[in-house]
Amino acid sequence: MTTAPPRPHPWTGSAPPPARGARLAFSARRLRIAAVYGTLLAATTAVFAVSLMVGDYAIALPDVLLALTGEGKRLDVFFVQGVRLPRAWTAVLVGVALGIAGGVFQSLSRNPLGSPDIIGFTGGASTAAVATILVFGGTMTQVSIGAVIGGIATAGLVYLLALKKGVQGYRLILVGIGINALLLAVRDYLMTRADLTEAVAAQVWMIGSLHGRGWGEVIAVAIGVGVLGPAVLALGQRLRLMEMGDDTAHALGVPVQTTQVTALILASALTGAAIAVSGPIGFIALAAPQLARRLARTTGTPIFGAGLMGALLLVTADLVGQRALAPAQLPVGAVTAVIGGSYLIWLLYREWRTGRA
Amino acid sequence: MEASVRRVRRARQAASGRPVRNGSHLGCPAFSGKGHRLAFTKFDGVDLSEDSGVPATSACARDAPGRDAVSLEQPSTVVSGIDGADDAEDPAVAESMLDRRTRAHARVHALRGAGLLAALGVLVLCILLSIAVGAKSIPLPTVWDALWNFDGSYDHSVIFELRLPRTVLGVFVGAALGLAGALMQALTRNPLAEPGIFGVNSGAAAAVVVAIFVFGLTSPGAYVWFAFAGAGIAAVVVYALGSRGRSGATPVRLALAGAALAAVLQGFVYSVIVFNEFVFDQIRFWQVGSLAGRDLDVFLKVWPFLAVGIVIALLLGPALNTIALGEDLAAALGARINHTRVLTALAIVLLCGSATAAAGPIWFVGLTIPHVARAIVGPDQRWVLPYSAVLAAVLLTGADTLGRIVVANGELEVGIVTALVGAPLFIALVRRTRMAQL
Repeated sequence: MTTAPPRPHPWTGSAPPPARGARLAFSARRLRIAAVYGTLLAATTAVFAVSLMVGDYAIALPDVLLALTGEGKRLDVFFVQGVRLPRAWTAVLVGVALGIAGGVFQSLSRNPLGSPDIIGFTGGASTAAVATILVFGGTMTQVSIGAVIGGIATAGLVYLLALKKGVQGYRLILVGIGINALLLAVRDYLMTRADLTEAVAAQVWMIGSLHGRGWGEVIAVAIGVGVLGPAVLALGQRLRLMEMGDDTAHALGVPVQTTQVTALILASALTGAAIAVSGPIGFIALAAPQLARRLARTTGTPIFGAGLMGALLLVTADLVGQRALAPAQLPVGAVTAVIGGSYLIWLLYREWRTGRA
Repeated sequence: MEASVRRVRRARQAASGRPVRNGSHLGCPAFSGKGHRLAFTKFDGVDLSEDSGVPATSACARDAPGRDAVSLEQPSTVVSGIDGADDAEDPAVAESMLDRRTRAHARVHALRGAGLLAALGVLVLCILLSIAVGAKSIPLPTVWDALWNFDGSYDHSVIFELRLPRTVLGVFVGAALGLAGALMQALTRNPLAEPGIFGVNSGAAAAVVVAIFVFGLTSPGAYVWFAFAGAGIAAVVVYALGSRGRSGATPVRLALAGAALAAVLQGFVYSVIVFNEFVFDQIRFWQVGSLAGRDLDVFLKVWPFLAVGIVIALLLGPALNTIALGEDLAAALGARINHTRVLTALAIVLLCGSATAAAGPIWFVGLTIPHVARAIVGPDQRWVLPYSAVLAAVLLTGADTLGRIVVANGELEVGIVTALVGAPLFIALVRRTRMAQL
């Protein structure tokens, strides 16, 4: 794997598998993937630890460790266990959920622009949430519930509208685009007619924030990721085969329709769990799978790697958002976009400069 | 059968005194300069190529390498299905077949031309309605009258000072967005691509935020140059990042670079509006996309860019047909891929930059209208581009007019109405027709 293969795959942009010396290259690739995943995990842990330490009230690492066991100063224990730990866990879990969901959507649509938006999930969730805030004046819990219901209802509607002697992937995407446009128009209408203060609240929700998330949110999203994550990873092999095309996958014995529906439902549910606790944090679903693939140089969409990358991105973004303009707090969605986007741009630039691409 | 077709062609060339062109290594005229005609035959079974392209298609398909060869074979099987295999070796039969097919192509083209004329008729109707309808409705005869002999009356002043500039802007912005979307999807060969992928919308939004936040500007007329510059800079950066080393921009990289830059700029916009309610209040209206409050001044600022962009876009059809064959095959045909890509990118920047500067980001039109155009005429870019332009102009002017009458007082922004009206139509179309893929 030291020399890059000559021609990237036209659609996924990944390298084709080597024809000769396959066994050697195979093990080298496994090694590279393992190294990349290990690094991602280590980096996430490191950032996680730092985010427990820093803040307006700084705590040294030994004190953090002490506080984690429930001993040490009462103020330390309060900040670490009551405030920072749940927030950091929320960031990790939401990142994993969004990364995995993004990987599934990109794999299913065989399109790097494939994301929960394409089946209208995000559009439905944010329109429902904005309506809950602006029309009904709901509380945060009601907004979360409204968002999840809106997202699932929209995804179901898109699927039904695309249904016509089975669901053809291309039609699903186009119907998704249409429904998404419709919902965003409704949302924009509400936003322009609303009172400024309420519109600001709705806008902050739409950017996505982890501010003040407690253990309740952690448990909610942990259940989601714990149940749905392994189920998606179990589908990973079939999804990889389906990236070669539905016909090929069918010939290889993959139940295409079933896998498609199952994966869509699981990925939508993961997105729903994430959106419910943090709002629709943009860009992770798009960037995490692409970044993971470019780092690990895998042939397909690395779903597990996308989860790890998502966690790292979100924890880092939340830390930066808290500290960059302290004491002012940036919502994490704004930072994710800047960090993830810049990192992706840098990767593209490096590929461009070395002529690999 | 193919052999006989080639014999017929040579006989014809010999008869017409032209030399038999067999110099190119693939040995058929379509590969020596008329290659773009092949582009659409691979998609829709109905062969649209003109005279010389037809036999060339089937003859060259065997020689063309790779996956495209398989799909190019399709027309030839259609032909043998019609005429039968046993009499195919007879030159006279082959010649009559050729003539029949030529007539069929002429019919298809005439039909499409008529369709385009009909669409233009609808557009004219939309324009007249958009001038007539408003807070004060003016009867259509008066509108017609005012356009040809202006008499300075109140109605005529309303028409010339308020309605007409807005309508003209709507037509141009609509055509620009439709064309830009069609170009973008052809360039990236991605059905999800829309002009916004070039970072145009977010670049313009970021620049407008700067205009409000730093310079305290608040009127659409004042944003124009900021939005245009922002859109242009973003697009240049995206194109540079999307290209790789020696060769030009590739579809996946373009899409990723655009999405990445858009995200960064969006993050900047978010960061500003979270802390500054005044900017948020301005930007939430700007980013809906509207034609309201645009006077002649805005149009006069942007029209040269729009006009140049539209002309370039309409001329690019044949070249884009070649690109649709895939990079390798297009290069083998002698197409200047990078040349075409750069021109396409330039047209997109001019079109969307000025459209966004004038009306704010309206993303639905550029994304969906090309799909509609392809559903009507198939993937031939020479038809897709003009259809996209006209249909998008119809949608935008129609939506703008509708937005003025559905709400009792005030009006709905055109960006909202386009999506509310266009999306159900689009979905119905997607369900009914088999969509032409890119």
